[in-house]
Amino acid sequence: MTPRILVGAAAGLVLLFLLAPILAILPLSFSASDILRLPPEGWSLRWYAALLSSERWLLAARNSLLVAGATTLLGTVLGTLAALGLHFGRFPGRGAVLALLAAPVVTPSIVTAAALFLAYSAVGLAGTFVGLVLAHTVISVPFVVLAVLASLRSFDPALLRAAASLGAPPAAAFRRVVLPLIAPGVAAGAVFAFATSFDEFILTLFLAGPGQFTLPRQIYAAVRDVWDPTICAAAVLLFLASMLLLLASEALRRRGGGIG
Amino acid sequence: MRRGGLPAFLLVLPLLALLVLSFVLPVGRMLWTAVADTELADTLPDTAAVLRGWNGEGLPPEEAFAHLVRELDTALAERRLGLLAQRLNFEQPGMRALLLRTARAAENLRDAPRERLIALDARWGEAETWRLLRSAAGPVTALYLLRAVDLRRDPAGGVAPVAEEEAIYRTLFLRTLGIAALVTAICVVLAYPVAATLAALPARLAAWGLVLVLVPFWTSVLVRTTAWFVLLQREGPLNAAAIALGLIEHPLPMIGTRFAVVLAMVHVLLPFAILPAYAVMRRLDPSLAKAAASLGAGAWARFWRVHLPLSFPGVAAGGAMVFLLAVGYYITPALVGGPRDQMVASFIAFFISQTPNWGMAAALSLLLLAMTGAAALLARALIPGFGRRA
Repeated sequence: MTPRILVGAAAGLVLLFLLAPILAILPLSFSASDILRLPPEGWSLRWYAALLSSERWLLAARNSLLVAGATTLLGTVLGTLAALGLHFGRFPGRGAVLALLAAPVVTPSIVTAAALFLAYSAVGLAGTFVGLVLAHTVISVPFVVLAVLASLRSFDPALLRAAASLGAPPAAAFRRVVLPLIAPGVAAGAVFAFATSFDEFILTLFLAGPGQFTLPRQIYAAVRDVWDPTICAAAVLLFLASMLLLLASEALRRRGGGIG
Repeated sequence: MRRGGLPAFLLVLPLLALLVLSFVLPVGRMLWTAVADTELADTLPDTAAVLRGWNGEGLPPEEAFAHLVRELDTALAERRLGLLAQRLNFEQPGMRALLLRTARAAENLRDAPRERLIALDARWGEAETWRLLRSAAGPVTALYLLRAVDLRRDPAGGVAPVAEEEAIYRTLFLRTLGIAALVTAICVVLAYPVAATLAALPARLAAWGLVLVLVPFWTSVLVRTTAWFVLLQREGPLNAAAIALGLIEHPLPMIGTRFAVVLAMVHVLLPFAILPAYAVMRRLDPSLAKAAASLGAGAWARFWRVHLPLSFPGVAAGGAMVFLLAVGYYITPALVGGPRDQMVASFIAFFISQTPNWGMAAALSLLLLAMTGAAALLARALIPGFGRRA
């Protein structure tokens, strides 16, 4: 059983490598000095205080939440409707729509960003909130469609016939039969859409106006321009936000939502 | 919820409209600028029309000179000479200065445009200058695509390599492919033991192990890259630890090196390799390994002849995903790499924001898309089940 132990040890080291940098940031964010040393020479909350009193970071957090919130709303509505149509309908071009959905996911972000920058500049959407939300929706919505389609796959069409035979009009059947059953899938798609938008950087780099910096954009600016240990505190808070999303996604997966 | 075609299609329509208007058309339009050549026809329409009818021998007809002088004068007065100057200068350095100088003198050239143009600058008396203008008369050009592979049109109309100091793009594409391939290889090798170990654990334990992979997977790429940026500083924790352990005497510069780029990219992309490999390995029948052992296969033979071939679809799908993402990478090289570690995406960004040149940005995008498309098709052909979600 020596090979198995060796493989297990290798796996442990790789997992450590995956987690270590994130764990290293944690104590650094509580450091009392601006020199980043592990373990820190003293402990303080000064970087968190600086973060929470910085207008720029607060504005970035507000923008991130607004953009991700609007993206989630738009993406979940459009994605859920489309998934219902794709699942229940048999119309020409259905395969093409599914293939088209994969395109924004596999296209390198820089290519999408360049294209949208050019197109949005021509119609006055570059540097606007609406433009940013539309762009984020394009790359987030495929996850909603996939998650809802996955939950529809276990949906029994006999239930719809049963609802109809009991006299339920289509709208009522949808609201009281379909929606409750696919709700975990819709919610999982929404969480994915939120996370995608919240983490999105390259589209934001090219499409956001100066007043629309999101958290990733603000971190990038802070790392590139003037180094400031406040970034560690921002990174930790952003990490905690991602963990909330991960927990939500895992909870929904246990209830039958999720992709795949 | 009828099973009809039309009502179902109406449900898909809003999303379809968004994707077409805000993805398909913009990407198509942007890629078109890789071959579009409109600056000359837009700025000097009459000159362009005459040049299109010229056979390229000797000098163009007299009216070409007259149109050029008149239209340059108007364009300068209306301040719309910039794009054309940039377009011509990109193909032939020095053309910007020539155009501006000619446009400023245009007023005094009108009486005898041909003689006075040639007197102003001998280049107007050379067929080569006019052939350059003719080649820019549109509607399409191979200029940017050729330049993106270090080629250009020579005066005779053939294709020739660009000057050595300008030949940067083949190196850039090779570097991009090289970094992506290296990152992919490392990710696949590191993912294998993790996926195999997790797949062999009892379900409950495996679920906890998987969380350790999902935590970095869900953590913002910017946060993870920033973490490496901090750790790899000259005065940072990694150098300090290595000195404390006696491994090195002086801090090593790590930010701005290829090592940092590959390390951080592997860290960001590794979960994409682990998750599909794990999904396939989890479904393998453990009795197969026992059967192989009972037939006398050693640990190595069991791995090489049973486990690896059976888990190949997951391992390869993960590798393909890592490669597809790595080829277009931008953030990580930008934050932890040096000028010599930048990949194609950085040059596209450069041509959008620093030195706007949409022709080059589009040509590089087109080649990058061709590379990812080819890699995706290859993965589809070689990997059973790739492209369909498990």
